[in-house]
Amino acid sequence: MQAIGLSFIDWIIIFIYFSFVLGIGIYLQKFTKSQEDFFLAGRKNSSWVAGLAFLSANLGALELLGMTGNTFKYGMYVAHFYWIGAIPAMLFLGIYMMPFYYSSKINSIPGYLKLRFDEKTRVINGISFAIMTLLVSGINLYAMALVLHTFLGWNWDVSMWASAATVAAYVTLSGLMSAIFTEIIQFFLIWFGLFLVSIMGIIEIGSVHEIIARINEFSGPLSMTTLWSTSSDPMKNGMLIHWGGIVLGLGFVLSFGYWTTDFLVVQRAFSAKDLRSARMTPILASFFKMALPFLVIFAGLIAIALSLDPKSGFQLLHDGTQINYDSALPLLIARYYPPGLVGLGVTALLAGFMAGQAGNVSAFNTVWTYDIYRSVINRNASDKHLLWMGRVSTIVGVILSLVTAYWAKSFPSIMDYLQAIFSWVNAPLFATMLLGMFLWWITPNGAFWGLIAGMSSSFLMYLAVKFHWFSESIITMSSVQSDMAANFWRAWWAWLICAAVTVLISLFTKRRPKEELVGLVKGLTKELHDQHLPFTKRPEFYAIISLIVLIALNVWFW
Amino acid sequence: MSEHQMKPIWYFVGLILSAMGIVIFLSGLFQLIVPPAATTVLASIHPNIWWGALMIVFGGGMYIAATKKSK
Repeated sequence: MQAIGLSFIDWIIIFIYFSFVLGIGIYLQKFTKSQEDFFLAGRKNSSWVAGLAFLSANLGALELLGMTGNTFKYGMYVAHFYWIGAIPAMLFLGIYMMPFYYSSKINSIPGYLKLRFDEKTRVINGISFAIMTLLVSGINLYAMALVLHTFLGWNWDVSMWASAATVAAYVTLSGLMSAIFTEIIQFFLIWFGLFLVSIMGIIEIGSVHEIIARINEFSGPLSMTTLWSTSSDPMKNGMLIHWGGIVLGLGFVLSFGYWTTDFLVVQRAFSAKDLRSARMTPILASFFKMALPFLVIFAGLIAIALSLDPKSGFQLLHDGTQINYDSALPLLIARYYPPGLVGLGVTALLAGFMAGQAGNVSAFNTVWTYDIYRSVINRNASDKHLLWMGRVSTIVGVILSLVTAYWAKSFPSIMDYLQAIFSWVNAPLFATMLLGMFLWWITPNGAFWGLIAGMSSSFLMYLAVKFHWFSESIITMSSVQSDMAANFWRAWWAWLICAAVTVLISLFTKRRPKEELVGLVKGLTKELHDQHLPFTKRPEFYAIISLIVLIALNVWFW
Repeated sequence: MSEHQMKPIWYFVGLILSAMGIVIFLSGLFQLIVPPAATTVLASIHPNIWWGALMIVFGGGMYIAATKKSK
């Protein structure tokens, strides 16, 4: 395709962004004096700051491009990722899990596994998380360079090295705090940079009603504009999935696995100034999460509606015979944005890529320093040494991300493994966490072997389908399925296998005494947090409101 | 400098949105006088003028509120 041209004004906008993030890194360095400042942003953030960072750590450009493209491919079913696939898990984290995480003063999720189970469970999770984070970080970097090269014609190497060097500079200077600051800036840039696409699309087509009517007219028996009404028959919805797969795979396992145990997002809540703020972090984030479909899904639906009208001249790009769904958002930016606004749209995507990169690197440096280096290599490291190690591991993490990015460039099918990586680490870990936090008799050996069984089975299922060892329909229990449906079901089975093995082995192995588990397991711990507050100021109150909004949105788009 | 003097994030968000808003708004005014060679769909409604103005108002408001609060 012909690259989107950038004018001088657009470059000024991009320059302003880079100047700000580097300037913020330098400014915050003087406030980063201890390891707690570096790894946990001094534990002094309000719930608003931690909440927006919590959400933004997940809001990468890859997701924005991918979800807009997925809406084009699957229709409104993609909204499930933002609603049932996120909100219940975020509320569960805030209400039930955060008190155990925050009150035990851990620095990372593997740190909780050490307290609740033992060192080996912590190390296996620390290593798998570190590998996952570096792979995701590298693949994000590769994807960014791919997008910038395809749509803007930028040099591949310069794009990767410039953004990696910028991220390395500001995270090395001030750790999690600068990552959080840039994530919040990214949140606002994404809304201001990309929501205008939806507004312009609605103005051009006429109304939201007209967009939906135009899609319904052409989509035939497949519904692309509803959420649940066609979910009882996979043949009738764009995602080719049954509601059971959505609820169990996405709504339960993948969603809870990601939002309650992935340290990349949960680390932001650990930076809150007190327990109430930490509990409010995911609850406040849930409201912003629910608003995102109005940015991403709308843009995808507008792209469908425009492509159905030959007079609009709008068509997605093709890579050979395959449609490039990720081209939907950049093409809409090119369609509607004049010089100046193009710079803002590109900056929003750049900010999304770089903040995602910074989030991965800051989570990696924490898990490496606390859960691998201090736990296995140097148990007596001083505060000053750990701070130094955090900075060194940031630079090493960025370099390893670059290596992964070049690996991905020479071996593009690594992109296919991204979803497998998530279900490999997060889905089984959620079973371990859930059982460990709510059942006191789950044993360290049960947790360890359950985690190994869950992770291995998830990866084997992926390989088995990939190399045709058995049919995908065995996993999805349906004769038709999409890749997305297979991901949901695979995550469910991995969770179930991990949970079953954990319970089974726990029945026959040595339990830890109850008194050692006080503060770590529900039922053995007095939960008096926030009892002194009036009900309207408690996290539970806001969680109920969030749940009501979630139900209303699902009914509205049923 | 003590940690109590650290400027809040809203200060930086306000500043960057205002700075970008001013550039976009002024570029919109310039394009009103000297229309660009290649026009975009709905260019006639000059989105950079009103969107730039919105960013200035939002960012400026945030900057002023953050500055007042930190004093």
